[in-house]
Amino acid sequence: MMRRALAWLVVCLALAAPAAAVQPDEMLDDPVLEKRARDISANLRCVVCQNESIDDSNAELARDMRVLVRQRLLAGDSDQQVIQFIVDRYGDFVLLKPPFKAMTYVLWFGPGVLALIALGIGVGYYRGRAREGSAASPARDLSEDERRRLEALLAEEREEKKP
Amino acid sequence: MKRLVYLAPMAVFVVVALFFYRGLQLDPKKLPSVLIDRPVPELDLPPVPGRDEEGLKRAHLLGEVTLVNIFGSWCVACLAEHPLLLKIQESGVAPVHGIDWNEKNPEDGARWLKRNGDPYARVGLDMGPPESHAAIDFGVTGAPETFVVDAEGRIRYKHIGPITAEVWEQTLKPMIEELSQP
Repeated sequence: MMRRALAWLVVCLALAAPAAAVQPDEMLDDPVLEKRARDISANLRCVVCQNESIDDSNAELARDMRVLVRQRLLAGDSDQQVIQFIVDRYGDFVLLKPPFKAMTYVLWFGPGVLALIALGIGVGYYRGRAREGSAASPARDLSEDERRRLEALLAEEREEKKP
Repeated sequence: MKRLVYLAPMAVFVVVALFFYRGLQLDPKKLPSVLIDRPVPELDLPPVPGRDEEGLKRAHLLGEVTLVNIFGSWCVACLAEHPLLLKIQESGVAPVHGIDWNEKNPEDGARWLKRNGDPYARVGLDMGPPESHAAIDFGVTGAPETFVVDAEGRIRYKHIGPITAEVWEQTLKPMIEELSQP
């Protein structure tokens, strides 16, 4: 019984498509073109909500842009031409994946450089500690004077422990 | 050398703090326009119903400095800047052209202008794709937005949000006057 219920749950979850904002009346009849439109839209930022793609956004402007993307595709534009059409108007900002160019090198290389710096600091730190550790073996570092004092203290303690 | 290592976290903190401090002053809603200094996009908009003229075309933005104002009857902030637009039109500093954007019905904008006064020299109706996409061609992210277009038809400035008296006096008006000089 439980098993069957679970199986049904899995089937239902598998069938549940993530909700997109695309309305049926926006969709193109040609499934190939529609697929291309969806792929393009998923990578274009909605300029109203900013952290959503126009494919996910319910904003009116996102809808307009989805329709425009489909219009350009119907007019025979390539995917790249459609994306360029939008970038010409809104800048690289509309691309959810920033392009790789001089302006964005910090963005692409920054994390790697920071990781390398952190690694360098870490390695330097542990090497330093290892060197200090071997140089400072405690027995050798005690002077003759200190050794005598230590012995005296230990002897004192032994005396006290005696009943 | 040892000392420098102890200063490193401090240095990292200072750099991060500078970034955050700068970030506090940036408004994420204010996107830089890529259209600045570029020619006005091709325009051929039909008129708002009830207005006599032919709508708004690119040719109408040539020959003198103009303001292009994106508005809609649905837009509350547009209503807020409306009295100022009427004053700007009265002052005669530059003609204000309107793009009536994203109306549900073409008549909505006409009704709104009748009710609140009409500051526009010309108004084009942009119902959005598939009919037209003038607002998207202008890189508009919301209404109202106002563009300063020079006599050669190049976009020189974009103001996002309602124009306030301060913005008009300190930014737009001086800019128009400077651009109008021969």
